[in-house]
Amino acid sequence: MRIALAEDHFLLRDGLIRLLGAYGHEVVAAVDNGTELLDALIEQQPDVAVVDVRLPPTFTDEGLRAVLAARERVPDLPVLLLSQYVEPLYARELLAGGGRGVGYMLKDRVTNGGHFLDSIRRVAEGGTAMDPEVISKLLVRKERDEAVGSLSEREREVLEWVAQGRSNAGIAQGLFISEKAVAKHIGNIFTKLGLLPTDGDNRRVLAVLAYLDQ
Amino acid sequence: MDRTMQLGVNRAPDEVRGFSVAAGLVGLRRVMTLCWMASAAFGRSLAVSGAIWLVGPGLGVVPRAMEGVRNLAARQRELALRWSGVEIPGPPGPLPPVPEGASGAAARYRWIMSDPQTRREWVWVLVDPLAGAFFAFFPLALILSGVWGVFLAFFGVPLSVEWDGLWYQFIPIEGQATAVLAGVLGVLQLPLALWVAPRAVRRHALYTRSMLAPSESELMASRIQHLATTRSDAVDTQMAEIRRIERDLHDGAQARLVAMGMTLDAAEHLLETNPEAVRALLIEARESSSKALEELRDLVRGIHPPVLADRGLADAVRALAMVCPVRTEVHVDLPGRPEMPVESAAYFAISEILTNVAKHSGADRAWIDIRYDRGMLRITVTDDGQGGADVSRGTGLRGIERRLATFDGVLAVNSPVNGPTMVTMELPCVLPSPKTTSS
Repeated sequence: MRIALAEDHFLLRDGLIRLLGAYGHEVVAAVDNGTELLDALIEQQPDVAVVDVRLPPTFTDEGLRAVLAARERVPDLPVLLLSQYVEPLYARELLAGGGRGVGYMLKDRVTNGGHFLDSIRRVAEGGTAMDPEVISKLLVRKERDEAVGSLSEREREVLEWVAQGRSNAGIAQGLFISEKAVAKHIGNIFTKLGLLPTDGDNRRVLAVLAYLDQ
Repeated sequence: MDRTMQLGVNRAPDEVRGFSVAAGLVGLRRVMTLCWMASAAFGRSLAVSGAIWLVGPGLGVVPRAMEGVRNLAARQRELALRWSGVEIPGPPGPLPPVPEGASGAAARYRWIMSDPQTRREWVWVLVDPLAGAFFAFFPLALILSGVWGVFLAFFGVPLSVEWDGLWYQFIPIEGQATAVLAGVLGVLQLPLALWVAPRAVRRHALYTRSMLAPSESELMASRIQHLATTRSDAVDTQMAEIRRIERDLHDGAQARLVAMGMTLDAAEHLLETNPEAVRALLIEARESSSKALEELRDLVRGIHPPVLADRGLADAVRALAMVCPVRTEVHVDLPGRPEMPVESAAYFAISEILTNVAKHSGADRAWIDIRYDRGMLRITVTDDGQGGADVSRGTGLRGIERRLATFDGVLAVNSPVNGPTMVTMELPCVLPSPKTTSS
């Protein structure tokens, strides 16, 4: 895959380039600030961009803003945001455009190389990858919402994993249940959230949106 | 008492202006009240003066008599604010304590003079039966004199004969013509009295302020006292915060890093002999590192939340609302970003209040309103819970109040039993950069 990278910390940027290289991906642009990032994203149109939220010159949410601006010009440009902190508010802004091809993860997930590369691939393919921490934060609130409130304990657990961007097989493995059971739970979730089969593959993303958004 | 009432400034809910019969009548009713209060002041001044000279061993009834004076003064302050919008700074505290073993008239006198506020109230109660009564009685005197003039128009001539000459103001009543003139003058005085009455109420309030308001230097002294208290509170809070951070680091991230080092050390030793165990140890080390990072993240969030630094108060509060278990609506109207310390204080205050709402109120919904108005950041947090929150009981609210006081901010809680609860905060601040707005 052709990957664009934005990270202001030299050691991390270097480490990420090496890590991505080791898994056979090509880093087509590696920048350290928001302005260059926006240019690189529009010029290179990479398969996926891996972006740190906090970048120079303002050291605030420069990365997020650059990415949102780029996605306005190049719709559904796949981006995976990395951050020292995950903010549910930023997750919602990312997902606001429909939630195709976006990811938002804690930086330290990078230490689990396999999982990290997995997330990049899913985002590049138009899926979502949300950090479990974002989801667990929103869970508190979502219990009061009606649609999500009607889900059973297990279904909510499954939805949480779907939101992280796991496949049915991955969820089955993680929850120690059969893949068939996972499929059944997901079917129930779709019904309870009012997502029709005609919505196709996008239903998983829509379920996540229903989950994360009010 | 409903403390939210204290937040409004410079408003006289019942002040009457302009000229109308209704306004005049209201004014007349008020000056009558003031007259009555002047006579009460006379009674109390007699009580205090009498108590000073009373033969007896101790200070005895003087403090009690002064207590009565203070209550009367408090009532006058209240009326001045309500009727005329004249704000008279109240007594800074309770009456000064009576010194041990003091006795005799001189000691009583010294006790009154020792406290400037008490001394002022004493002088006021001596003067008010004359000066206060003058302002209050003037419109009534006009009425009485007017009625007297009308009376003379009818019965002035025989009365003048009987009393061997009679004057109405500057008119000698010598015949029917001058008697009628007196009547006309008397009638004219009645509308004058109606015009004068509301103004007399206002003059009376200003006079009361000149008698009762503390001097500049006293106000300054109490201001300094306030600053000293809030500063020492601020230092204490800051120190406690630093201690908490130190403890969190020591028990959290630091301990985990030590554990990680030991795990890695053990892994190194086992590398040759037991590669399987090394794998488990490495996994453990990685988990330790991610736990340490998690704890550091939580710590930073508690010091200065990233979203507050990135986006300012509006979005930071929206982020709080998003993760609050109670459905919360946020309305923000800020033309710019307050200074960072104020922003941070406001953020943590709201955060604390929301936590309270989620924990104790049993509310289904909450509303946060943040606006900026003439140098004042006003925040209200309302919930539809069971109410009954009390600043004096909850340490959380007390803590917020103390922290806001550092910025001269105030907190008011209005929480009747059965709700709803409304917490209002006001923080004076300037908005320096009108460029960042996200409301």
